[in-house]
Amino acid sequence: MRLIASAFGLWAVAATVRLHADDSISYNRDIRPLLSDRCFACHGPDEGKREGNLRLDLADDPLGPFRTAESNSVDGTKGNSQAIKPGHPDQSEVWTRISTDDLSIQMPPPESGKKALTLEQRDLFRKWIEQGAKYEKFWSFEPLRSQTHPTVEHPNLASNRIDQFVVASLKKHGLEPQPLADKRTLIRRVTLDLTGLPPTREEIAQFESDNSPDAYEKLVDRLLGAPQHGEHWARHWLDLVRFADTNGMHHDHYRELSQYRDWVIRAFNANMPFDQFTTEQLAGDLLENASIDQQIASGYNRLHMVMDKGTNPPQESYTRNVVDQVSAFGTVFMGMTLECAVCHDHKYDPVKQKDFYQLFAFFNNIDGDPETPGREQQPPLIRLPSPKQSRNLGEIDSQLASAKSIVNQLKQTLNEATAAKTASEAKAKADAEARVEAVKPETITKSEKAQESTQAASKPDAEEPSPEAERIKALTSQLKDKEEELRRIQSSRDELQREIPLALVMKERADLRPAYILKRGAYDQPGDEVTRNTPSFLPPAESSGNSLTRLDLARWITDKRHPLMARVTVNRFWQQLFGVGLVKTSGDFGAQGEYPRHPELLDDLANTFIDSGWNIKSLIRSIVTSQTYKQSSRVSPEVYINDPENRMLARGSRIRLDSEVIRDQVLAISGLLNSEMYGKSVKPPQPADLWRTVSMVSSSTYSFKEDTGDKIYRRSFYTFWKRAMPPPQMTIFDAPTRESCTSRRERTNTPVQALLMMNESQYFQAARHFAMTLLKTQTQGGDRAQAAPSQTGDSNRLTIAFETITGQLPKDAELSDLLHGLNSFREIYREDVEAARAMTADLSSSASTLSDATLSSDADRIELAAFTMVVNALFSLDTAKTRE
Amino acid sequence: MNDELLEEYRWLQNRRRFLNRSAVGLGAAVLGSLAAQRATASLPELPHFRPRASRVIFLFMGGAPSQIDLYDYKPGLEEKYKQPLPEDIRDGQRVTAMTDGKEKLIQPSIFKFAQQGKCGKYMSELLPHLSTVVDDLCFIKSMRTEAINHDEGKTQFCTGSQVQGKPSLGAWLSYGLGSLNKNLPDFIVLNSAFWSGDQQNVQALYSRLWGTGFLPSKYQGVAFQSAGDPVLFLSNPTGVSRNSRSKMLDLVTQLNHRHAAEIGDPEIQTTIAQQEMAFRMQASVPELTDLSDEPESIKSLYGPEVEKSGSFARNCLLARRMVERGVRFVQVFHRGWDHHSALPAKLRGQCKDVDKPWAALIQDLKQRGMLEDTLVVCSGEFGRTVYCQGKQNETDYGRDHHPRCFTAWLAGGGIKGGIEHGRTDEYSYNIVDANGQKTTRFEDDAVHINDLNATILHQLGIDHRRFTFAYQGLDQRLTGVEEAHVVQKILA
Repeated sequence: MRLIASAFGLWAVAATVRLHADDSISYNRDIRPLLSDRCFACHGPDEGKREGNLRLDLADDPLGPFRTAESNSVDGTKGNSQAIKPGHPDQSEVWTRISTDDLSIQMPPPESGKKALTLEQRDLFRKWIEQGAKYEKFWSFEPLRSQTHPTVEHPNLASNRIDQFVVASLKKHGLEPQPLADKRTLIRRVTLDLTGLPPTREEIAQFESDNSPDAYEKLVDRLLGAPQHGEHWARHWLDLVRFADTNGMHHDHYRELSQYRDWVIRAFNANMPFDQFTTEQLAGDLLENASIDQQIASGYNRLHMVMDKGTNPPQESYTRNVVDQVSAFGTVFMGMTLECAVCHDHKYDPVKQKDFYQLFAFFNNIDGDPETPGREQQPPLIRLPSPKQSRNLGEIDSQLASAKSIVNQLKQTLNEATAAKTASEAKAKADAEARVEAVKPETITKSEKAQESTQAASKPDAEEPSPEAERIKALTSQLKDKEEELRRIQSSRDELQREIPLALVMKERADLRPAYILKRGAYDQPGDEVTRNTPSFLPPAESSGNSLTRLDLARWITDKRHPLMARVTVNRFWQQLFGVGLVKTSGDFGAQGEYPRHPELLDDLANTFIDSGWNIKSLIRSIVTSQTYKQSSRVSPEVYINDPENRMLARGSRIRLDSEVIRDQVLAISGLLNSEMYGKSVKPPQPADLWRTVSMVSSSTYSFKEDTGDKIYRRSFYTFWKRAMPPPQMTIFDAPTRESCTSRRERTNTPVQALLMMNESQYFQAARHFAMTLLKTQTQGGDRAQAAPSQTGDSNRLTIAFETITGQLPKDAELSDLLHGLNSFREIYREDVEAARAMTADLSSSASTLSDATLSSDADRIELAAFTMVVNALFSLDTAKTRE
Repeated sequence: MNDELLEEYRWLQNRRRFLNRSAVGLGAAVLGSLAAQRATASLPELPHFRPRASRVIFLFMGGAPSQIDLYDYKPGLEEKYKQPLPEDIRDGQRVTAMTDGKEKLIQPSIFKFAQQGKCGKYMSELLPHLSTVVDDLCFIKSMRTEAINHDEGKTQFCTGSQVQGKPSLGAWLSYGLGSLNKNLPDFIVLNSAFWSGDQQNVQALYSRLWGTGFLPSKYQGVAFQSAGDPVLFLSNPTGVSRNSRSKMLDLVTQLNHRHAAEIGDPEIQTTIAQQEMAFRMQASVPELTDLSDEPESIKSLYGPEVEKSGSFARNCLLARRMVERGVRFVQVFHRGWDHHSALPAKLRGQCKDVDKPWAALIQDLKQRGMLEDTLVVCSGEFGRTVYCQGKQNETDYGRDHHPRCFTAWLAGGGIKGGIEHGRTDEYSYNIVDANGQKTTRFEDDAVHINDLNATILHQLGIDHRRFTFAYQGLDQRLTGVEEAHVVQKILA
């Protein structure tokens, strides 16, 4: 959402035209959203809350809008009335109630908190009744319609189907598409969109000089083949499925799911068909002879928040987990918010509470505890040793086994020896007692005591150690040594075990747990028992065996007849490339969601997607090679104000980059980026004590220790994600907390973002690093920065800087601003040499990438400081954080 | 106005002039100022009616303080020491995994209670300072929640829902009411960096407690840090002076204006406005957190800890300075109240942290005439059980979590002072009606968290039923789908 753009809300309202030019009213587009928003809560699917025996969601229901019912009319007399009488608004109770200003009968009732209909909305309603009040089935639950694309004559149009739909719609509104964006804008746009990284100057030059007709298509193919493509698109996916490195609740302990993340990257790079991608995540563990990869993929089922053992009643945690999984299934694959039906029938969509718990039953059978056992990883899990680790483990295990058997043997021998000794001692004692028998009873105590004390005093040398005792002593010390060895082996095994990657996976129990409708969603209030089934308002699922399985559920959702998944999926891809989906509410395709702006295009994309074998890269390719995508975003302010989110697609979209892309771009431009792929999350620097301030002392993520070496320059995608306190560099630029599934990021514009760009340590370090690179650059104005810099040298360096950061060459006026800025920074640091020294203090060592000689003088440091500030300014440009 | 501020003001004036001279076109400049103004405005329909409070300070005691040992005086309990809690009192209350299936023996408070103030409210000896201001306080003894564990409890208290993903109270307010000032965020969070009570078993916080859920993230609370920059990334890097930063922003603004002239996107103007705000914050935040202009008399009111960065005392004083400067909502978190064992010793320590600052904040606001339109709320996420958990003897005991009744106190902002609202049974276990019958009904003065939130919104001029945000098919509101009520009886 462009929040601040709503700054111009007033103008926008005044200038907004109804986006459909013809006069015919469509139930799905115009009326249903109004009914759903204002009426369905009391006159909709939820029987428990239905008022006045009237439901407005179904046309032909006995309680539907066309039934005749006795009613009190406005003037107090009784009579028969119809809620809606097709063709006759004035005889329709609904019209009376929504158009009146009498608050006592107005609908929706003022006390409901729902807004009265606006005049324009009333008008739509009236027209709809006049035109016959035709209901339509809800669009997104209906099968995909195959579309014949309109043929539009337009000089700029290629054969791309997307363009045909878009231009036809533009023409209807008397609009024209924009010309194509210039090549520099295009390459930056598509490179950022497909890989999350900016193009280099060399790549720009290469593309600019490539005059072949398919230069752009070649570029797109190169980008789709780049390994960074998989990382970038995996990140969008991880938002959706709420991937994180911690459990998110209570202790917020660490958990190990990086194998799953790696799997997602590989899947995108290998262009795994989306149906397979879906199936392996939902039910990879249930596939026949499930491969390691498929089991890892099933880790999707483990991404929810997790509670610690010993806090909640376990059944509560268990229920919470499964509810979270069902909600995720709704958001991710159906684009629906099912969680309303946890407690009651959905108020807007035909999802019954029973439907929810029938879906619940699919996820109700994990073979493991619902809570995390302290810091340990929570089963079910699999261990994934490398061949070498396997070998080592094998060796250690055999050492362990032999040490164990020796220890056991020793223990046994020792036991036998001890027993023998005890027996012989007992015999000796019995003999001695027999001897004492003769002595008088009165004296026994005394003499015994005396005897004992004598014995105690003289024990060490007085008594010769028996051979048994000797043996026991030897055995004991042998055992001690062996046990010590055993502990050593065990601890090295533990150490090895810790190094061996593991993955949390899904695993089904042998026998099915029974599932129940939970009254009001309470885990301890089971109602009727339910069996696994899919919602009744959608095509039925087919069982592969006796009863439905999670795998059947995956097959059901990926069936090409399923009306939701393809639509929901192509819409999300569209959203990532245009900033907003064809359905803006990309996580809600239900009754309260938005009706699509270009419904025919949506269905066409979905059909094509399915026909291509759910080919993701081909979908992305078709979108980014369309003229619609390639249009220029340079238009007048009025166009932006009238259509701030570019829903008409009458221009190229201009989108603020995501937090990860912003940081990666800064690192890439400065040359610091470490492009190593895969593996566990990394911890680049963040302000001190953020974790400590919120964490429990005994949490495994209590204190933050930043990584060393070039790990801190990995792509942001790999940054460690603590749910209770995610990295501020990410959340400040609107990254979600990954606590729940997020299908769409907001885009805001705040002062804290401005501070981040100016002052964050790594961003500033990157600016300085890039400044050094600039100073080392050979230019026509002199081969390196001089104490007395030349105008040409400055211009060249500033041009390079501007181009690297924005993708554009600076115009004369911009260059002159930059020169002026550079000189004023020089002035500042000449006057305040101490500041220049302070800024560059850590660069005097040979660790600097500039030779010592370069920074030998204060003049050099002043130059570096001045250029650093220029780069710092360029990083803060609006255009730098935006893909134009 | 001190010299530094004056200087800042003049500097800004000059800067404006510079920008106006050099701005690329008049249109751009107009757009810029428009954007800056609208960025902080309230929703057009708000307030729904005349507000009684314009600012809120929320003191959140994480871990759940014991109402029995602090506020809810139960003189008859001594005789029931170590007797089992009657089953009809417990009445099927679900308990945590910690005390499930264990013996539940009554533990009276070992602390002395005495009547305080004109109102004669019984207060624990642990709170001698708060006791001096009871005539300004309203104690709701009949607070209730469904949560029995901290994570859900805190999430429910701060966002109105146990399930993550909903906006916090402060985020709702920023979204609805906009900003009262131009130099500081609308919603600030102050986490106390240390506490006396319990060092090991200290409950966690989560950024969702001040998050925005489905609201745009610009409305999230800005958490001030006790060490380093108070606002993340506020300070310029080493070697960048205020002058250097201002030159840098001149250059950025100039280039942004040129770009805006080529591309019509008004978002560029917003970026410019936000960068200027960032620059102003670089001056206004250090001014805010620098206590050197506070007289000794005020500082001593809050106690000696006020000198320690991150202390609860300092955070209370900062909270006052923030609302004074037009911050709409300040939430101060204090932790370490989860006393399952060794409650007497730990509670004593905790009260030492907070008692003086609590009282000081009320007095300080009052003497400035700010208490009238500043609402102060103090609560934990739930209460604690009357029965003992773990070791039990004459001097030592612990208490488990208790959701059915607990005490919150409010002050100022149009709330009656010197009153108690709601009743609990002789065990402080259930809320009871006027006839002593167990109840959870609002009509019987039971106050659910949603009712408290509805009341807070009401004092700010907002009808909680009409304050909604469309998300995922619902008109979402802070007070949830069930009916919530404004607690009219406590309004002045």
